[in-house]
Formats: sequence, structure tokens, C-alpha cells
Amino acid sequence: MNALFAKTFAFLDTEPYRLVIWVVAIVSFVALNAAYLVWVERKGAARFQRRPGPTEVGPAGLLQPVADGLKLMSKQLIVPAGADSMLFRAAPLLVMAPVLMSLAVVPFGRGVTALDLNASLLIVFALGPINLMVVMVGGWASRNKYAVMSAARVVSQNVAYEIPMLLVVTTMAMVTGTLDLNQIVQQQSGGFWHWNLFRVWVNPLMPVTFLIFYICMLAETNRAPFDLAEAESELVAGAYTEYGEMGFGVFFMAEYANIVLGCSLATVLFLGGWQSPFGVMPGLVWFLVKLYFLIFSVVWIRWTFPRTQFYGLLNLSWKILIPLSLFTLILSAGMIKILRALS
Amino acid sequence: MIVSEPISSSVAGSAPHETFVLNLGPQHPATHGVLRVKMTMDGEYVLRAEPVCGYIHRMQEKMGENRTYAQYLPNTGRIDYLAAMNYTHGFVGAVERASRIQVPPRAEYIRVITSELGRISSHLVWWGAFLLDLGGFTPLLYAFDDREKILDLLEGITGARLTYCYYRFGGLCNDVDESFLTGARQFVAQMRPRLKMYRALVTENVILRKRLIGIGPISPELCRKYGATGPVIRASGVPYDVRKAEPYSVYNEFHFDIPTFSEGDSMARYLVRMEEMAQSLRIIEQALDKLPGGPVMAEKVPRVLKLPAGDYCYAVEAARGRFMVRLVSDGKEVAYRVKLRTPCLSNLSLFEEASHGMLLADALAMLGSLDLVIPDIDR
Repeated sequence: MNALFAKTFAFLDTEPYRLVIWVVAIVSFVALNAAYLVWVERKGAARFQRRPGPTEVGPAGLLQPVADGLKLMSKQLIVPAGADSMLFRAAPLLVMAPVLMSLAVVPFGRGVTALDLNASLLIVFALGPINLMVVMVGGWASRNKYAVMSAARVVSQNVAYEIPMLLVVTTMAMVTGTLDLNQIVQQQSGGFWHWNLFRVWVNPLMPVTFLIFYICMLAETNRAPFDLAEAESELVAGAYTEYGEMGFGVFFMAEYANIVLGCSLATVLFLGGWQSPFGVMPGLVWFLVKLYFLIFSVVWIRWTFPRTQFYGLLNLSWKILIPLSLFTLILSAGMIKILRALS
Repeated sequence: MIVSEPISSSVAGSAPHETFVLNLGPQHPATHGVLRVKMTMDGEYVLRAEPVCGYIHRMQEKMGENRTYAQYLPNTGRIDYLAAMNYTHGFVGAVERASRIQVPPRAEYIRVITSELGRISSHLVWWGAFLLDLGGFTPLLYAFDDREKILDLLEGITGARLTYCYYRFGGLCNDVDESFLTGARQFVAQMRPRLKMYRALVTENVILRKRLIGIGPISPELCRKYGATGPVIRASGVPYDVRKAEPYSVYNEFHFDIPTFSEGDSMARYLVRMEEMAQSLRIIEQALDKLPGGPVMAEKVPRVLKLPAGDYCYAVEAARGRFMVRLVSDGKEVAYRVKLRTPCLSNLSLFEEASHGMLLADALAMLGSLDLVIPDIDR
């Protein structure tokens, strides 16, 4: 039966079909996540604030994202006078693209990868920062003072946090010896003590490295306490001030899509990807469990901490995170050398 | 990070210094109302912040001059809608002083209890809204949870939840009942651990401390120059509190401290208010213990009140500072002149000078720490 099944559907593994299936799968995964993470965030926020959250639309408010989407789509699209209308319209279109492309190389499970590249880590970090550039373009094109200030913030925040993040990723590439996300996951098989997070014999500061990665991820995805680009008590809605209708909705969804991507990478690089923590039954489920745990922690942080100042954010990066991540990089380089010499 | 001149960089030294005007408000999430601040910015630095008032001007003073004292009484609760009790206290105090009405002690004690409850609820709103300004959303809901208990208590005796008109010339509208007294005791018992929790969860949060310590220092001289009062001047180290400086009602019968901090920064203003809530609880507790019996309304208050000709002042310590009512009477049943000295206008006036050269985010943190209620500025 299985053989027959495999034979009948073998064509699905051939190129055009495979491509179509993966495009549909990733787009729907991102769209569903983006829509329902809004619900998770609203429910989560409500619980942290001791209130019920959305309850009206559907059971437990589960249809709230649909209602939100319909509302946003029914709004009039306004391009403000004086705005660069082409860039203004293009920004929401562009903002989702890098996330979707990056997710193509993320290994969700054994063999569950759209594109098995041997430089997949590189691809993700080549595409990732484009997202923030698009936010900058959107802010700039709005010709709104708040939006322009926010765009300027986005750029310096991006520069400040890209560096420690890439240093951390370089450390991971050295520790694992590969840029292939699939191989990185495979190296971490057999119990949680094999996860990169606990590979302290190569890099004694591995938990700190994870923490740096996590903080940088929060900053890169513009999440509280680093949501300076859309700090509503200062810049109203930052780069999104002039956006209404689904244009705003897409920016909003892109934020969640980026959180999914960032948490996926954290899972793959540090928490063993789809490997099971007990060495049994590795698979997609474990990946999702870890992914959503990280996403929950992101929501948790947002509703717990106040926002930092902008110079506080830059100080944290330039004075603490960059020296620390450089130190862990050099430390693990030294440790690798020593371990090589010993063996 | 304070600059007084436009920032010059050696690289772009020849480039002209470009400043731009940022219109903060009247619709802006950080101004909590219709305050408009015209900011001249150099990048993210504030060079000049000019508050533009008048968006919610309701001619409160003029209204006081063309209606009788009793007709004007409900208006006073709408000047600073968050501290309505204190404001009606100021007005009835002025009228009582002018017409020499003796208020029975029970009424005075209940006035103190309700005014202090009002002060706590006002500070709780400030606390939630201030943290909202700083990007912390959750404390607001906790603050409103506590405030809800105060509102329920006051609703039980006054019938209103926000703009109370409970005080009358010569006493109170009605006596408090047993459920209010037990409820107030319960609230005091509940609120103390809550304040402790807020200290642990919010006041000692490292991000909050970084955002407030050293931000927007206001010197005592600046306070004097602009007439700032209330928590703002107490955070600058001046122990000025109307309840101690010119005791009104029965405040001199209670033991309480005036919290002062010498730093004058936003953190000091934050801590003053947090400490004031604890002190208000102390006052409420003592007043509940000492609450005398007897009537709550003076005898022989004339139905149509005509103040003897003269000039009368009465000041109270409202939640945001010194609120003073000045009545000039020419012997008729309508005041000749009503002057309301509200704390928020003075507290806002120093913002222009104090915010000079600050970063936008810090300036807004300071604006939040001044605890402005916009109808109180414009009145």
C-alpha cells in the first residue's frame, strides 16, 4: 500500500510540483502564523494583564484575526500627499519577501526543507536585513516626520544589532563547522545535552551566546523592549504612521513572520531544531514545540518590560553585546584549536 | 545627554544646521489628552518645546462668575477630573471660609478620607499612564484594578465614579455607611502589599530605572520660577505640601510624612508619588480610627448663599499640587471674580525650559513624570 502510495505520488518530488507545493506550504505557514500570532499576542497580553482578551468573534475569539483582516481590507487606501507613491506602495509588498525566501532553507523536520542548500545559514542572513531596509523605505516614502525619524532609528538599530548577531552566527558556524542548517541540526541529535546551547566544552559561554542571539533577534524584529521604530508614545506608529488599510496589516504580519523566522533560527542553531530532547522520536512536532515556546517568551517579554531609550539600545549593542560576542568568538576559536590539538 | 546648540559634526561641518518643527499633539499617544507641544527638533534632540494650550478651554472661571456658588460647585470636579474630590474641597473650603460656616468634625474627617482616596486613585492613573508612555503596557491594567476598588467605594457614597460632587457648603451631601468604612479599611489592607509588589516588579526594573534616573532634572529654582508645586517640587527637595504648610480641614490632626527627594529627576518624581500613596493610606487609616460621630452638615446654611463682600482664598493640596480658589465677592449671590490656580499649568510651564536639549524619548518621559491633566491646564 505504502509502496503504491509512494509510486503514485512520486511525481510530487519532481521539480515543478515540489516547487509549487513548497511555495504554497510556506506561504500558508507564514500567513497562518502571522494571523494567529496576533491572536496569541492579544490573548497572551490579556492574560498577563488579567483580562480575557478577544472573546467575541468565534470560540475564544479564534476568528478575531479574520475579522481584523476583513476590517483592514475594507479600509480606503490613502497615499498621503507629498509621499513617494511608488515606494510607499512597494514597501508593504517587499516587506514579506525576505522572510518567505529565508524560510525556504529552514529545516522544519527531517527532510522537511524546501531548499537544501549547503550555505543555508548564509542565505538567511543575507536576506534577513532586507526586511528592515524595507521598513526604512516605507518610513522614508511616507514623508511624515515621525516616519522619517523612525526610519533613521531603524537603520542605526539594524547596524548596531546586525554585528553582534553575525558574530554569534560566525561563532556557531565555527563550532559546528558548517553553514548548512540541516547538518547543524543533525549534529545535535540524541538528547538535549547534545544541543548547541549546552556545548560548553567548545564554548564555555554558549548560554551567553544564545542570550546575545535572542536579544539581537528581539532588536532585529523590532520587538519590545527594543521597539524603538514604532515607539507609539514617541513616534505615534513610527514608520507605519501613514499606513492604513492592508498596507499596515502586511507590516504587522511581517513583524510576526520575522519573529517566526528568528525563533526558527534560534531553535535550529541552539535548541536542536527538530531533534527530540530525550533522543526519541525526532520530528516536526519538536521543532514546533520549541519554536512556539520561544515565540511565547517573546510575547511574555513584550508585555512585561518597558521600552528602552534609543541610546540605551545602542549602548547595549556597542558597549556590551559586540565586545561580548567578539570575546565568545575568539574564545571558541581558541577552544576549537585546543580540542583539535588534544585529539 | 544634553546639548544646548544644534549638534555639529566634524564630518558634515559645512552642512547647514537643519532643524524641523515636530507637532506633538493635540492628538498624540503621549500627551493623554489634547495638549499640543510644538517642538523644534534637531534630529532627535529637542531644542525648543513650546506648549500650546487652549484645546480644551471651557471657561471654568467665567462660568463661576455667572452662576451661584451652588450651581458652580459641580464644575469644580471637572477641572481635574482625576482628583475631583480635592477640587470640590478647595471650592467648598473657599466658600465656607468666606461665609464663616463651621463644618462639623465628622464631615471634615470624611472629607479627608475621600480626598485621600481620590489622591490614591489619581496617582494610580498617573502610574499606569506613565508606564504606558515608557512602553510598559501591563501596569496600567493593574493600576486600574486597584483604582476600581476606590471608585466602587466612592460610588457607594456619592453615586458618581469620576466627577464627584460630594461636598456641600457646610458639610457633605450624605453620611457614609458602614459598608464604606469596612470597605475603606479593607482597601488600606489590600493596597499595602500591592504597593510592595509594584515596587518589586516595576520600580526596581532595570529598564525603568535606566529610563528615569537622571532624566529631566528640575532644580528647586526652576520650580520657584514657574510656581511648580506638588510632587514636582517635592521631588526637587522642597518639602512644600499645602497639607503641612497651611493646614486646612483637619490635616493637622494626622501623622504623615511629606516624601521629598533631592535628585529632581524623573525617578524622584516617580518615587514621590509612589511614597505619597503609602502616606495617604496612613492618613486614611488614622482618620478611620478617629472618625467622630455627629452630624455631617452644618446647621443653618442659607439656601441662597451670599458671601460677604471681600476677597477670599483657599488652597488645598490636590493630587498634582497646590490648587487654590480665589473668590472675590461683591455681596451678591454670584461671585464677582473666580480665579482658579491650578497646579498643572505651572508644572507644564517649566517644561519648555527643562526639556531644552533633551532627546525626544527622554523629554516625553519627563512630560509624563509631570503628571499633567489637560483640562486642569486649560480649565
